[in-house]
Amino acid sequence: MSNNEKLSANIEEYLESIYKISQSEESVKTSRISKDLGITAASVSEMLKRLDKMGYVEYSQYKGVKLTGKGLKIAKNITRKHRLLERFLHDILKLKDHFLHDQACEMEHTLSDDAERALCQVLEHPDKCPGDSVIPACDLKFTTCEECMQRQEEEVNEVGKRHENLIPIMELEKQQKGKVSFIRGDYKVIRRLLDMGITIGASISVIKIAPLSGPVEVAIRGSKLAIGRDIACNVFVELIQD
Amino acid sequence: MNKLTKTEKTNKSTESENIKESLDDTDMTIALAGNANVGKSVIFNELTGSNQIVGNWPGKTIERAEGKLHFEGQNIHVIDLPGIYSFSTYSMEEIVSREYIAFEKPDVVINVVDAAVLERNLFFTTQLKEMNVPLVVCINQIDIAKQKGIVIDTGKLSAALGVPVVATVAIRGEGLHELMEAVNSVAHNKSENKITTLKYGAEVETRIKSLTNRIESENLNLGYPSRWVAIKLLENDPEIRKLVESKAKNVVHYSYKLAKEIENIHKEPSFSVIAAERYSLANRIASGAQKQTEIEITFSERLDKIVTHRIFGYVTSAIVIGGLLLWTFVIGTNLSNLLSDAFSFFTPVDPQVSGTFVAILWNGAFGGIVAGITLVIPFVIPFYIMLSLIENSGILTRVAFMIDSAMHTIGLHGKALIPLILGYGCNVPAIDQTRILETRRERLLASYAVTFAPCAARTIVILGLVAIYVSVWWAIALYAIDILVIFTLGRVALKVVPGETTGLIMEMHSFKIPSLSVALKQTWVRTKSLIYFVFPIYILGSAILQGLYAYGVLNPVNYILAPITVYWLGLPMITGILLVFAVIRKEFTLLMLVALFGTHLAGVLTPTQFIILALVGMLFTPCLSVLSKLALEFSWKASGTIAVANFFTAVIIGGVVYRIIGLF
Repeated sequence: MSNNEKLSANIEEYLESIYKISQSEESVKTSRISKDLGITAASVSEMLKRLDKMGYVEYSQYKGVKLTGKGLKIAKNITRKHRLLERFLHDILKLKDHFLHDQACEMEHTLSDDAERALCQVLEHPDKCPGDSVIPACDLKFTTCEECMQRQEEEVNEVGKRHENLIPIMELEKQQKGKVSFIRGDYKVIRRLLDMGITIGASISVIKIAPLSGPVEVAIRGSKLAIGRDIACNVFVELIQD
Repeated sequence: MNKLTKTEKTNKSTESENIKESLDDTDMTIALAGNANVGKSVIFNELTGSNQIVGNWPGKTIERAEGKLHFEGQNIHVIDLPGIYSFSTYSMEEIVSREYIAFEKPDVVINVVDAAVLERNLFFTTQLKEMNVPLVVCINQIDIAKQKGIVIDTGKLSAALGVPVVATVAIRGEGLHELMEAVNSVAHNKSENKITTLKYGAEVETRIKSLTNRIESENLNLGYPSRWVAIKLLENDPEIRKLVESKAKNVVHYSYKLAKEIENIHKEPSFSVIAAERYSLANRIASGAQKQTEIEITFSERLDKIVTHRIFGYVTSAIVIGGLLLWTFVIGTNLSNLLSDAFSFFTPVDPQVSGTFVAILWNGAFGGIVAGITLVIPFVIPFYIMLSLIENSGILTRVAFMIDSAMHTIGLHGKALIPLILGYGCNVPAIDQTRILETRRERLLASYAVTFAPCAARTIVILGLVAIYVSVWWAIALYAIDILVIFTLGRVALKVVPGETTGLIMEMHSFKIPSLSVALKQTWVRTKSLIYFVFPIYILGSAILQGLYAYGVLNPVNYILAPITVYWLGLPMITGILLVFAVIRKEFTLLMLVALFGTHLAGVLTPTQFIILALVGMLFTPCLSVLSKLALEFSWKASGTIAVANFFTAVIIGGVVYRIIGLF
């Protein structure tokens, strides 16, 4: 591995860690990252300052660290690769659970985007890793997995990549509004969502999230729907700024 | 009772013909169609009164409600179609509805629409239009819409849709006469329905047209309108694709080509493009016809805040379910006492052990009837009335929302709460109600959980043995143990029956004041399955068992079961028979004890024995009616497995609890 590659792998590890922590905690503290990566708090703090300069995070000593849009994109991408690889190691190679994480951490930085897409197809677009964390959506400008399955590899370049970050509706904050942009799953799931008005391009907002990982109540097309977590983690939106 | 109900108990294949026959002298047939919970059943009830029958669609476990109405000298046959959101093949209800409309061709379809959520409802209306049926749109619950500041211009809506539109508040009977007049005039003068096709975007529309022409030129005779088939093909509907494929493969290939073109233009699968365009069509029509004035926070929304609050939500959920059970106990006990007083002079519930063979059998059978009337009915009917009221008010939807994650631990989602609660009345209609779930696997898992819900009969045993002779707290503890058992074994069952879990997608309707007449009707439908299905098994079973008991055939049972009852559970030898009887009728555990030892049971059993006996009785093999119901809905294998599994569950848990209590 060249120095440059090592550096970028290192950045990816940091962003991935920040993303993971931010999913379960209100604010991300340096000490948490240091614990997660097994690096001293001083070096973490040093690195965060550099990441701030590079525009990946917003960092202040007291408030903790927050990913920028640019940083979030990289973090999601690498987290996606990580969790897809875990699925692969678990489902296909049948590795024992305690091998999964470290092995996936090694492989994620070298997995190309094309290989990632192929992996996702082979695994039939999984939505969760073996540890039950949600796999972020892919970056390609598809609206459904169905479309991706029909495209040849060379056509994918025409499709292009998204500039915006995709957010599953269960991660929307109350009163935030989004435009439905991608639905993961097979024909049946998508069909059911479409029939209930969750169509591509429709605007949707979260009214309420039930506690204890319960369903999400959303407002769509002038009515209210309760959507279970398992489905809500497969409906992705791009944020609409008011 | 009217003459229509005679045709009820027939086998599935001839059921529809029989119903047809009894409804033969009709001048016209109308069908009610629309989304779930828009007040369709209220309208159906208002129109048909008591002239209705509820059966199943032939060969399907989906409820088919139909009835009769006299209007301006005509006999009108009314069918209430299941509440659905679309005509895709997502659920059996959708398939049943679209096949009914296409093949049985009702004279008029009344599309009932919720005025407060017009856009979502019109999505379905556009699909009915595509089915080319004579249509009348009924905008219901305009009062609730008004509270939300929504005013609908029916004239504009009618012009946009090309069909008559009538506004109603069905729960108060408002507008129903006008609705029937509109139906009547459409039936006799079909031109009232303009053949305005609702048009999609240009890229999609030209391809629909081209495919429609192709289908028409092939003369396929599909029974469905060509334009509708064309749209379904472009939507990649699996059923329709199969149907067309069997007649003309080239049409399907052509549709693939067109779908691909749409996909290339829109960068989105064609079925998703069509759904989105259909919704935007619905949106255009809706916003053209409605005015939204100042939105003020309604009472309904304030109530919503409380019942789905992260803390108060659970409190209100507990109050709703607890209150339902408490109401049932209080009303049920009083009614039960009244009824047993009325029947007491037959001294019916003593198992007769001497006399002629016929007398013994008669006593057993009669005991079955009386026990049913005095013990089950007084608990089940008040329970179901209250449950229907709660269900129709919209509160149960919120409870389902709060409880969804807990239900996920046993592979079900929030909606499964309804059958589970229903099981507290009687397991049999509860297993019926599992039909609201999406897959067979989920229905089986839910039904298994339902078998542990202490029904009215088991409640009587728990109250009669434990609450009276030990303490109320122990009775409550048994209920708590029961919930624990449901969730623990639910998880085990989940591992045994692998498969995917369907997630929850549920519309959160506004709260509304429930209609008592609908609640009564629902109660009747649910109780009816109990009377027709449960009572005969009750009566026959108890007559046979009584006979066996009187001739001493059952005595060896006590000895055979002694290792379990005496050594493992620490119960007296006689309980062996009691448990066997419990498979016929759950409350027999209590009744036989009283019959054999009088009401001074405290001298016969120790407090621990009361608790263990009630606990084992509660979890034990379900009664014969439930087992037959399980066999009917699933298979004898499933039913047998559950019977054996519950037997061991009851015995193991009973023994463990016995030993734990022994420690103190």
